[in-house]
Amino acid sequence: MEFNAIYVIVAREFKKFVRERSRLVSAIARPLVWLFLVGAGMSRLVPPVGGVSYMQFIFPGILGMTILFSSMFSSISIIWDKEFGFMKEILVAPVSRLTIVVGKALSGSIVSTLQAVIVLLLFPLLGLKLGATDIIGAVIICVLVSFSVSAFGIVIATFYESYESFSAIMNFIIMPMFFLSGAMYPVKLLPEALRFAAKLNPLTYGVDALKYVISPLAHGAMSPDFSIVTDLAVIVVLSVIFVFAGTKAFERRG
Amino acid sequence: MPIIKVENLVKRFGSITAANNISFNVEEGTIFGFLGPNSAGKTTTISILCTLLGPTSGNALVNGYDCTKESSSVRKSIGIVFQDTTLDKDLTAEENLLFHAYLYNVEKAERRKRVDDVLKLVDLFNRKDDLVKKFSGGMKRRLEVARGLIHRPKVLFLDEPTLGLDPQSRLNLWEFITALPEKYGVTIFMTTHYMDEAEVCDNIAIIDNGNIIAMNSPEELKKVIGGDVIYLKTRDNAKAKDEIKSMLDIDASTRDGELFISAVRGDTCIPELIRTLGDSVLSVRLQRPTLNDVFLKLTGKAIREEGGADTDTIKAEVRAYRRRHE
Repeated sequence: MEFNAIYVIVAREFKKFVRERSRLVSAIARPLVWLFLVGAGMSRLVPPVGGVSYMQFIFPGILGMTILFSSMFSSISIIWDKEFGFMKEILVAPVSRLTIVVGKALSGSIVSTLQAVIVLLLFPLLGLKLGATDIIGAVIICVLVSFSVSAFGIVIATFYESYESFSAIMNFIIMPMFFLSGAMYPVKLLPEALRFAAKLNPLTYGVDALKYVISPLAHGAMSPDFSIVTDLAVIVVLSVIFVFAGTKAFERRG
Repeated sequence: MPIIKVENLVKRFGSITAANNISFNVEEGTIFGFLGPNSAGKTTTISILCTLLGPTSGNALVNGYDCTKESSSVRKSIGIVFQDTTLDKDLTAEENLLFHAYLYNVEKAERRKRVDDVLKLVDLFNRKDDLVKKFSGGMKRRLEVARGLIHRPKVLFLDEPTLGLDPQSRLNLWEFITALPEKYGVTIFMTTHYMDEAEVCDNIAIIDNGNIIAMNSPEELKKVIGGDVIYLKTRDNAKAKDEIKSMLDIDASTRDGELFISAVRGDTCIPELIRTLGDSVLSVRLQRPTLNDVFLKLTGKAIREEGGADTDTIKAEVRAYRRRHE
């Protein structure tokens, strides 16, 4: 792996992210809308369970959503780079395809984690009490989940050549991933078929891991669905698989 | 030792053969032109040399490295300017160049200096902090050539470098490109379908339907046409024709009220004609063979031009521009 190349791929993404105000604003606005409009409305219908209010319950899911959208957008920008030619500049450089994939996945992770942290800091508004260790734990999980979702996005991006496919990715990949991640309702309450689908979703384990940190005392329906060890193991293993698959796809298609 | 060595290169896409047993060498420090109509196999060949495509069979060596087996060493040895821009329009000129310097692992101490140097070279130093999306087509292309030079490549590939540029930008770019071999010792490998642009090359390979049909210097290639053509108008064409035959032993023929004469060296033939015919000569014009004529002769067809912008209209544009600006 070439570290200068990884650094500059990340630096480019970061620079463009900071420069595009609209992207930053919508990245922060989306979770706020879901949390305070959807969440607040649903709270009237769903009473607190096991000491956890509905807003508190969806908070890890909203963090997951922030990461999902931001990481996927970052990775899907590969399709833009292909369409506008910039990808060729990277592909003809003396850097391994693994470097490109890791660089891109890290770009998505950093930008996503940053946004997730901004949302995370709203926790007092929801009546949550998080200490320094909880916050650090949440940030570490955000980094891992971001990396894995970004790597997943890269694998998806290698299948497409033009950004016309963007709405297809949005409707058939990103939105189902969000709703089947346990973000808005517990996986354990889903019908059998949907529960199966949720278990195949990489984001499910990220949202689940965040639930351990955000509402550690939750019990009953709104408690986490898997063990924290399972969550972390699945995230790490999937990251490795996605990076590997992305590298292979890049070697084949470019 | 040649810097590029291609032997029996074949590339097939299904039933289409884009490169059909191509062989050629390019000497270091020269400008080599790959000339041919669109879809003749130029971009395919360049893609193989740049390690973006694997050949079906045959060998390609760049700077002594095998394009298939030693792709990383080949990539370090080359700079590329693609047909379509590969700049990031949302970054500044300088950021695009720095990105490249990091990507090619240019030493930390050298990075800034090299970026500044190439920016000055292409006359964009005072625009370095502008976003590339504000640049004109010519500026973008110049920036891309500059970027291709940052890591000091041995070979610079230019795939249709002037495509879509206005006449003045094209002239500027050529002036700049042709000076590179001497300044940097870099070898230039370019493709073009503009015949007039190929004149700057030291050597040209003409490619059609995946085959190299001729390879030589532009001067030598033009000799296949059999020299220049002189058009002559006189007070009495029939009488002049006889005089030319009896005094100079040259056959002239008549076409559209003009005499036309083929000559190996038209420039030395004209004085002789005027001496022979004296003041009955009304006008003389000399037409030198162009690479277009060469292509026409070799393939039996004119080179297909893109977007209807044929060589004549571009020349007309250059003339019109010069009238306005010079």
